[in-house]
Amino acid sequence: MSSAAIALNRFGLGARPEMTPPADPQAWLRTQIDSFDPRPGLLAGLPGGAAMTVQYRENLARLRRAGIGGLPRRPGDPEPLQGKAAETAAAEYQQQRRQAFRQAYGAQVQARLALAISGPTPFAERLVHFWANHFAISIDKLATATMGGPLEFEAIRPNIAGRFADLLLAVVRHPGMLFYLDQAQSIGPNSLIAQAARRRAAPRQPGLNENLAREILELHTLGAGHYTQADVQGLARALTGWSVGGFVRRPIGLPAPDGAFVFQPNWHEPGAVTVAGTRYAQDGADQAEAILRDLAVHPQTAQRVAGKIAQHFVADVPPPALVARLADVWRSSGGDLPALYRALIAAPEAWAQPLAKFKTPWDWTVSVARALPKADRPDPRLVLMLNELGQPVWRPGSPAGWPDDAARWAAPDALVRRVEVASRMAQLGGGIDPRALAQRLLPGTLSARTASAIARAESPAEGLALLFVAPEFLRR
Amino acid sequence: MIDRRSLVAGGLLFGGLALGPHMALAAAGTRQRLVFIILRGAMDGLAAIPPVGDPRLVQLRGALAAPPEALGAPIALSPDFAAHPALSGFAGLFAAGEAAVVHAVASPYRERSHFDAQNVLETGGNAAYALKDGWLNRLLPLLPPAPPPVAISATLPALLQGAAAATSFAPSRLPDAGAGLKARVAALYDGDPLLHRLWSEAMATERLAVSAGAASGPQNAAALATTAARLLADPAGPRIAVLDVGGWDTHAGQAPRLAGQLRQLDAVFAALKAGLGPAWADTLVIAATEFGRTVAANGTGGTDHGTGSAALLAGGRVAGGRMHGDWPGLARLHEDRDLRPTSSLNGLFAGAVAGLYGLDPDLVVRRVFAAAPDRAMAGLIRP
Repeated sequence: MSSAAIALNRFGLGARPEMTPPADPQAWLRTQIDSFDPRPGLLAGLPGGAAMTVQYRENLARLRRAGIGGLPRRPGDPEPLQGKAAETAAAEYQQQRRQAFRQAYGAQVQARLALAISGPTPFAERLVHFWANHFAISIDKLATATMGGPLEFEAIRPNIAGRFADLLLAVVRHPGMLFYLDQAQSIGPNSLIAQAARRRAAPRQPGLNENLAREILELHTLGAGHYTQADVQGLARALTGWSVGGFVRRPIGLPAPDGAFVFQPNWHEPGAVTVAGTRYAQDGADQAEAILRDLAVHPQTAQRVAGKIAQHFVADVPPPALVARLADVWRSSGGDLPALYRALIAAPEAWAQPLAKFKTPWDWTVSVARALPKADRPDPRLVLMLNELGQPVWRPGSPAGWPDDAARWAAPDALVRRVEVASRMAQLGGGIDPRALAQRLLPGTLSARTASAIARAESPAEGLALLFVAPEFLRR
Repeated sequence: MIDRRSLVAGGLLFGGLALGPHMALAAAGTRQRLVFIILRGAMDGLAAIPPVGDPRLVQLRGALAAPPEALGAPIALSPDFAAHPALSGFAGLFAAGEAAVVHAVASPYRERSHFDAQNVLETGGNAAYALKDGWLNRLLPLLPPAPPPVAISATLPALLQGAAAATSFAPSRLPDAGAGLKARVAALYDGDPLLHRLWSEAMATERLAVSAGAASGPQNAAALATTAARLLADPAGPRIAVLDVGGWDTHAGQAPRLAGQLRQLDAVFAALKAGLGPAWADTLVIAATEFGRTVAANGTGGTDHGTGSAALLAGGRVAGGRMHGDWPGLARLHEDRDLRPTSSLNGLFAGAVAGLYGLDPDLVVRRVFAAAPDRAMAGLIRP
């Protein structure tokens, strides 16, 4: 019975009361990879990275024209406002921007919740969340405020069932990532544009930005301690010219649609680079692409990402033998993700111990929502609850994303928050009998103590709240 | 990472409560209190503690060089510096020798992102996200055993994250779960060691705060400071508290906004002094911000992200009534726009905690600030 619970709650996003536990849990998980729909109708109406790039560009232009925020002025800009008029304009701008953000962000989070709560392939949805956290951006920058959804929906979803190299490339080329790690304006010191700026003795010399290169090496692939500063510089130089369409004034070369990946040849640092022991002498955009493809199948990348996925699905400290086997599959398959998932599903370690992982606030909130009666749309208060629980969606505050272990999330105050949220959510339970619900949601893992505590609750709502904060429900 | 295996610390919290507030837990070494206030958003040190009679200030700031007349004149602290009139309480502490200022101080961070700079301030590192733990957490093993430090906020700030135990407490914006449910939850966790321990700690902190008069629901900074002070004043309570005061990012309309912010900060200092009572004599308060603001005003009556700023110190342990640090003047600016920093925040922190706890300053630098070491500032603490 408990392998059904593991399939539903640890690999999946939580049992739903109307679901019968799968008779063949492993097969149930495998078929979800094949039937996963990266572009469900639910996402069709949402503005994507292109629209958000245009919005960002317009925001910057407004700021610049009004003389707010210290942006360099351009010829043809009107005289900046002064005094009271400037303050009013700034306040208006802030208000409109906040409103636009709330609207866009709210719609994106609602979509993510809807897919998590009601989508037909919860294991695949969990994989999307895992990869979105592995390739985390944070929306606390003006440039990325509304890019959380677009990066996940456009770059991650379509690539979770292919090769890691393609997933990596799609993410690195997405405007959300290019803006977040300041790549969009990284310029090679010996590029044509830099040479021209030096000749002109321009007041602001364009420069190389190493952020994206460093995070690719440290967070996305090899990991800390497995690359050098020289590697960072090499990759950063190769990446120069990788930018966002519609964002650059006077783009040279083929124009690219707003928000689409564009390669700017005049920004590219000429010459070969060496990264992780290999020399790359390709021209143009091919140079960085070749590096990324090699990093994607590097044995250290395999080891590191296998470790992360094992940590997410099996235990905070994953068994080394399992990690080694997963890394092997990665290496021998060239980073084929479905092969990796199949190896994970087939691993005996993954089924040995139910309730090995403490749920993150996102995990827990989604599992609570799944346990409640189906609604047309997710409760709009869920976004606020996630903020209160300490895991605002797409806002981890750093490219390292959210930690994936109990030490971070199992804390006294955090537990009190969950009890408060559970108490609130339980009000939405209607007339459900929490005792029966507990049996359905936690097959084989419901303890006698919890069952009896639920049974002795003073009301169905209180019983439901107790179910949601029970040790068996706080873990997966 | 919060390690909850610090049994001694956890035990002291409960043990003290069981034995009553007057049990002698306050052995030598646990008398000192430390309050760290993170001023998030880049406080304008030049407006909070302006230099007196520097024509460059007026030249570059124009109308922003002086506070609005309606607020009154800046309050003299020393022959060369004054305090913004909204900091009247702080100025009073300064005159009484219970407050000091370190001007022209900054972290090693030289870019313009709030989040990255705050990370550097809190981790005591050389670059953003280079270190995963906070410097205050790294300091804890050097201090005598005490209940875990508490952050008055919803989540544990980076400053307190790390291997040593630390906890957070904040009044929630969610409706209270009710005593009945909480009691049942306690019973529910009887068989689960981890959850039992976490829940007991949470309830103990809550009882402590409630008995100290902490209200529930959203609160202003001064009320949170009162909560912190009462937790620290309790002989069985924590010895270190961390507070957040945000809202300092005055890109526009600085004159009225900053006045309001400084009034709030002034109220925080007053609430700490009042709440700590006799323990104020053994207390050090440090208020620091992630970077300063441009010397020149911008086009919207505000200032933009800068470099050097001022840190404010208070408490009975401070060598007060003095300006510390090395004022560089406004003739030569950093990158032609910002106050040039002449001291480092890490040097300030190291000197302050070494003085407060009687530690060897070099040891503190080596063990706590190894990633971005700087000479510990001397003379901040009363001997």
